[in-house]
Amino acid sequence: MPVLTDQILQGERIRDHRPWPRVVVDSGAWTVAATRVADGHATLLGLWAEPGTVHMALLGEAASDIAIVSLACPDGRFPSVGRWHAPALRLERGLRDLFGLEPADLPDERPWLDHGRWGVRHPLGGRAETPPSGAPYGFLPAEGESLHQIPVGPVHAGIIEPGHFRFTANGETVVRLEERLGYVHKGIESLMAGAELERAAQLAGRTSGDSTVAYAIAFARAVESALDIEAPPRAQWLRALMAELERLANHFGDIGAVCNDAAFALMHAHCGVLRERVLRAADTCFGHRLMRDRVVPGGVDTELDERGKTALRDLLANIRERFPRLVHLYDNTASLLDRTVGTGILKPALARQYGAGGYVGRASGRAFDARRMPGYPPYDGLAFEVPLRDEGDVNARVWIRIREVEQSLSLIDQMLARLPGGALREALPQRAGEGIALVEGFRGDILVWVRLGPDGKVLRCHLRDPSWFQWPLLEAAIEGNIVADFPLCNKSFNCSYSGHDL
Amino acid sequence: MRDLLFRNIFRTPLTEPAPDADAEAMAALAARVDRAAHRRLGRSLAIREVDAGSCNGCELEIHALNNAYYDLERFGIRFVASPRHADVLLVTGPVTRNMREALERTYNATPDPKWVVAVGDCAVDGGCFAGSYAVVGGVADVVPVDLHIRGCPPSPTHLLRGLLALLDAGAAPAKRPAAG
Repeated sequence: MPVLTDQILQGERIRDHRPWPRVVVDSGAWTVAATRVADGHATLLGLWAEPGTVHMALLGEAASDIAIVSLACPDGRFPSVGRWHAPALRLERGLRDLFGLEPADLPDERPWLDHGRWGVRHPLGGRAETPPSGAPYGFLPAEGESLHQIPVGPVHAGIIEPGHFRFTANGETVVRLEERLGYVHKGIESLMAGAELERAAQLAGRTSGDSTVAYAIAFARAVESALDIEAPPRAQWLRALMAELERLANHFGDIGAVCNDAAFALMHAHCGVLRERVLRAADTCFGHRLMRDRVVPGGVDTELDERGKTALRDLLANIRERFPRLVHLYDNTASLLDRTVGTGILKPALARQYGAGGYVGRASGRAFDARRMPGYPPYDGLAFEVPLRDEGDVNARVWIRIREVEQSLSLIDQMLARLPGGALREALPQRAGEGIALVEGFRGDILVWVRLGPDGKVLRCHLRDPSWFQWPLLEAAIEGNIVADFPLCNKSFNCSYSGHDL
Repeated sequence: MRDLLFRNIFRTPLTEPAPDADAEAMAALAARVDRAAHRRLGRSLAIREVDAGSCNGCELEIHALNNAYYDLERFGIRFVASPRHADVLLVTGPVTRNMREALERTYNATPDPKWVVAVGDCAVDGGCFAGSYAVVGGVADVVPVDLHIRGCPPSPTHLLRGLLALLDAGAAPAKRPAAG
């Protein structure tokens, strides 16, 4: 643990923060940490705030080396991390909108989540009433001959979430894409503050609907760390079972949708059938197609009976019969590969700089998977591979998903064979504490940090979606591609709007 | 590809029989749906989906309506890319303050006659997000709503029953062709 244990971590270590250390530092050490991240010796895992304090989660070179540094900013200012490290820019713009804390020397001072329509400024900080302005947003300029702009959104053509894309194109070629997000900002972190654990868990599970299981697990694990307890083994295995079902369903949906955006509807139709089968099996096993509210702090609020196990075994058999044919079809359709190979290339250096998680990172050579490192039960006792490619194109992101489907099938097999018996829930003691968790959703690693009060209620909770570090990379990946390939690139990233906007 | 297509010729379809139209929704719609307008559209409805702030859960299940099991298009209902082509707006989510204007403009861009269907618990009154500084509330707080389909999220079958109720509400009573 060389990088994080030196002067950065020489500050005052907070008691009752688990499982990784949180250290209060001065602005000098904060800046050192920022430059360490910028020069690639550590990865930025998250950057968030509460009134008067900013926190930064760092991942050292050894992936089990995680630490949180905190800086008090009584005058409302702190040294900008984005100044040194571009991946922090939107996080800092976002926290400035919410808390009113000023990142000193922030290179981009435009608001991010605040569109001037809330009627308040800094809702989580000083909270000042202000009339809605709806002021226009200044997009970054692109200069050159024969350029034109294409504004898209927030209401898109498909059945998808809202966001605005501003393309600057030269003929068909995209010169610059700039995203504007924040449309589905619901103020989840403000609703979390003061909430009972049950309600807070429901909110966490509604941060990004496609990752409801992964978010619920991340929130539950953070709470359990804060209270210094562990969910019973059976609950942890059932959680993982649900998480792998969620991964399967989403990957099937994505593989089909990417092909559909290349006008190859046959794959979409067949993948849609597989996705539906997974959701129906989930409904049979756990009583809800998306398995919402089944994971709770302390354990799970569901049980897997013999009927459910049979449904899962049938599901696995069915997928194993059908999916290889679809993979064969994908790999042998030249007109489809012509669209996906070499399209939307994300360079490995950028994936590494941004700490991109999930298939976005793993298709561009970043072998990070939170199930492996830092790891959490039951994955530490299960055999699985983390697929890796380095081409970084749409095709690579499809293949990572295909390989992950195979791994998830194997994981579900192993879990069905070895599912331990015993209790489903551990009682929650009522005490104060701070906890953090990193959980691998289908899209990448979800970070949840929580502080509980002595009454057992949530004082502050931060949820960091993997999309924060993937959205900016989409802007890079699309550059030089044709406008018509944007849907393909966008779907291959499949970033969350709601998870990002919060 | 030939292999896959060939196999499927000899398989029975996955598509399931149509569920009954939601009786409760029918009753709610009876007062709202203009029969004359409905007759003009016949049994063909074009839907524009608008996410006004949802968590994306409802979108996933709305998507599922297009899969082989539910096959929404067999009923003459289809999703379109523009509100200009739509008869129905299917709106999800608590309406966020940042999406309010976009929803209003989408509504105004939809030609009359039109119906608004609010999907999901959040679309009724903001659901678990109600009371936030960033949330206006339910869909009806911004545009007039003809039908609510509840659920978190509603299942595709539930959605289908609601949409069939909308189809049937304007049709002559007890004259629903067997679909499937």
